[in-house]
Amino acid sequence: MNYAQARWTDDDDRYEPLLSEKSSETVSTEDGPLPDDLTRDSLTLPDVSEPELARHYTRLSQTNYGVESGPFPLGSCTMKYNPSFTEDLAASPDAAVHPDQPTETTQGTLELLYRLQDYLGRIGGMDAVSLQPPAGAAGEFAGILVAKAYHEHNGEDRSEVLIPESAHGTNFASAAMAGYDVVSLAGDDDGRVDLDALEAAVGEETAALMLTNPNTLGLFERDIEAIAAIVHDAGGLLYYDGANLNALLGRARPGDMGFDVMHYNVHKTFATPHGGGGPGAGPIGVTDDLAPFLPAPRVAESRGGYEYVDPDRSIGKVHGFYGNWPVLLKAYAYIARLGDAGLADASAKAVLNANYLAEQIDYEIPFGPFHHEFVASAGEQDAADVAKRMLDYGVHPPTTKWPEIVPEALMTEPTEAESRRTLDQLAAAFDAVAGESDETLASAPESTAARRIDQVRAAREPRLSWQSLDE
Amino acid sequence: MSEDDSRGTPYAPHTAATTAAMLDAVGVDSEAALFDIPESVAFDADFDIPERSERETRSHVEEILGRNDDLTAFLGRGHYDHYVPSVVDDLAGRSEFLTSYTQYQPEIAQGFLQALFEYQSMLVELTGLGVANCSMYDAATALGEAATLSQRLRSVSGDRVLVPDLLRAGKRAVLDNYAGGPGLTVETYPTADGNVDLDALRGALDDDVAMVYAENPTVRGTIEEGLAAVGDAADAHDALFCLGTDPVAMALLEPPASVGADVVVGDASSLGTGTAYGFGLGLFVTREAYLRQVPGRLVGAAEDDSGRRAYTLTLQTREQHIRRERATSNICTNQAWVALRAAMHAAWLGPDGLVDLAESCVTRARDLAARIDEISGVRAPVHDRHHFREFVAHTDQPAEAIRADLAEEGYAVHAVGDHEIQICATETTERAVDGFVDALAEVAR
Ligand SMILES: Cc1ncc(COP(=O)(O)O)c(C=O)c1O
Repeated sequence: MNYAQARWTDDDDRYEPLLSEKSSETVSTEDGPLPDDLTRDSLTLPDVSEPELARHYTRLSQTNYGVESGPFPLGSCTMKYNPSFTEDLAASPDAAVHPDQPTETTQGTLELLYRLQDYLGRIGGMDAVSLQPPAGAAGEFAGILVAKAYHEHNGEDRSEVLIPESAHGTNFASAAMAGYDVVSLAGDDDGRVDLDALEAAVGEETAALMLTNPNTLGLFERDIEAIAAIVHDAGGLLYYDGANLNALLGRARPGDMGFDVMHYNVHKTFATPHGGGGPGAGPIGVTDDLAPFLPAPRVAESRGGYEYVDPDRSIGKVHGFYGNWPVLLKAYAYIARLGDAGLADASAKAVLNANYLAEQIDYEIPFGPFHHEFVASAGEQDAADVAKRMLDYGVHPPTTKWPEIVPEALMTEPTEAESRRTLDQLAAAFDAVAGESDETLASAPESTAARRIDQVRAAREPRLSWQSLDE
Repeated sequence: MSEDDSRGTPYAPHTAATTAAMLDAVGVDSEAALFDIPESVAFDADFDIPERSERETRSHVEEILGRNDDLTAFLGRGHYDHYVPSVVDDLAGRSEFLTSYTQYQPEIAQGFLQALFEYQSMLVELTGLGVANCSMYDAATALGEAATLSQRLRSVSGDRVLVPDLLRAGKRAVLDNYAGGPGLTVETYPTADGNVDLDALRGALDDDVAMVYAENPTVRGTIEEGLAAVGDAADAHDALFCLGTDPVAMALLEPPASVGADVVVGDASSLGTGTAYGFGLGLFVTREAYLRQVPGRLVGAAEDDSGRRAYTLTLQTREQHIRRERATSNICTNQAWVALRAAMHAAWLGPDGLVDLAESCVTRARDLAARIDEISGVRAPVHDRHHFREFVAHTDQPAEAIRADLAEEGYAVHAVGDHEIQICATETTERAVDGFVDALAEVAR
């Protein structure tokens, strides 16, 4: 595929200037309604007209690549198509309510949240759901706090959380934030949890094992029942990282596998747009035993309507208000649109696409059978360079260099949204790059708005604002 | 594409024929054969979720949302409604922005990176501090992150965090959860007539305090008058001074750096988003000296191979995907798109517009309080302070009854004490003010 991203270069031989370089103004705040000692003296900010503003951001958007621009097989991120109609619903004036409005006047919002709690519970096989956490990592933090509160309630002081080495960085960080020591578990030769290593690691100190299933290699942890038994026998809980739930919709549920607590990655599985880094939402689901500890508040039915209740032994709050409401609304709309058949089909097509794409590419894929994503190895090539070069073929590259168990990893998740023809183009991009020299790769990309960026220097000499550019 | 056709997800392009051909290419005869799930944990029931056409789904969701009452909300306390210009929706809604993700490949994501760099820069201007990250989830989690930052800094010791007694309960509850992991204890210090009680704060301070938190404006809308002294008091005990505020307020009030703030947190969604049920944008700005300890993503200027200035996520060794359990935070997905919107809105306003907006927050609150003070059975404002956007009024009648009666009349206010209601006024409630004052006069008697 031929590709050239928009590239705006101005006379000073730089790309689209900063707003501050276009026009900046200093205004005095004197003679305002407050005494001078309570105010600043002046404020300097960009000062552009609306037409200039529109052009600035339109140009910036043209130098940005999204799911609607082309394939986006960023592994672990589930960059599926984000249905437009959910944006309209989120923009509805009826959705614009203030969080402190009394609940008897926000019954629509509560009903929608209640229904979402219910749907998510059914999808995950969980007894109770909280919608409060504003992202996956926040869900992990909340879920681990729930586990901690549960143990403490039972008079147990456990200090460790076990996490497979191949897990996402947030798992480690979330457990540590909750005050736990992290014990990292090496995997077995097949890329799954090593039961012997797990047996050796669990014990009285084990508060929980955090697991992604399918794991970050796309592999289903076939021994999940044995894993659950080992953890439960030691008195620990099993935490499910829902980042990869798009592989399992309608085919398997964390609750049925023995998981006690999970988060849903709403912006992945349920197609809410990732917004250049966020917002997301990370609701958590738990079994009945853990329900009393869920974050506050939850929506419950009451006298023909809905109300908020704080679970009896709630861990408290993880968001200042009620979580990322517009994101939750969009997720509900997506689930309500697809229903049983659509959700199961989404997973089926996501898994089919990953398997089909894997079949077409020249890079080696050491582990399988995989589901919605696979991790190929760039072999002798540098995975980061491979990714840069793929940009020149008009596709977004995979996630690179993670999980580390695969050398020069190319973690690839095409999602259900791609057609066979697009997958063929994607495969062609992989294969073209596979045959190219290190020099070609090192000088890539050429077709993007900016050429290869010197990240080392950016980190060594941080310039994090336009104010710092003149220094 | 037929509306009522149902053959699975409408968001996958496969026809039966391509599916068959793809299965063939993979070498299996069914989709089911692709799943490596042991029988014993397989799910073979239904969720019992009906599928709907897009039209049906829209009506279904609209019908549910329609059950929200149409109230004019004079509400604030951390979530504010300012008019968002159409151009923000239009530009932020461009799919290149909306459907992109974290800029792991900066060369193809310059647009969003530059927009976030501009957002960071605006916050640097507003705060006077050197480093702004490109978002936390909301004000409450940003405050939690500030507390853990204070604990990581070697220049700060101790394990107590001091917050005002008037702190919003939800924010406090989130802070407690963030503080618990690293073993910090959160304690309150008293306020006097709405603002920090400086003497009481000094009394509560000791060398075991890691961070002092104050807000400007406060949750009751009062404007602080002695923040520099708060900063000095914290400093005297090597405690971090964390200030909670928002970008509109900062356009007018004393810049946080000049009162000695070490960290600025708050909710920046007051620009660009409007009322969205508490959906936030956690701002996080701090001193350059703490750069290596900052949570969240940072965008930096860089150079590309053509020698031109470009942008990239930087200093990522602080973050969870590299540093894991030693990361400065667990945050990954953040509120980048909300930050984009806030930056667009600020740029649309420009410095004049932003200062005007901030000044109107002072005068609207002042004027409305004066009008309400005329009503018999109501005294406003309760605090003898300057106010920003909102203020507390005393009511002779029980506040809860006033709140409920006003709701009947189509207006929402906060009941914040037995005989105290809180009222927030911005440009979006302008046309409702007369009716509101009449209604209050009616119910407050
Ligand atoms: C496997 C896995 N777990 C957890 C997360 C964290 O989720 P979030 O980014 O929503 O905080 C991610 C996301 O990137 C992930 O891929």
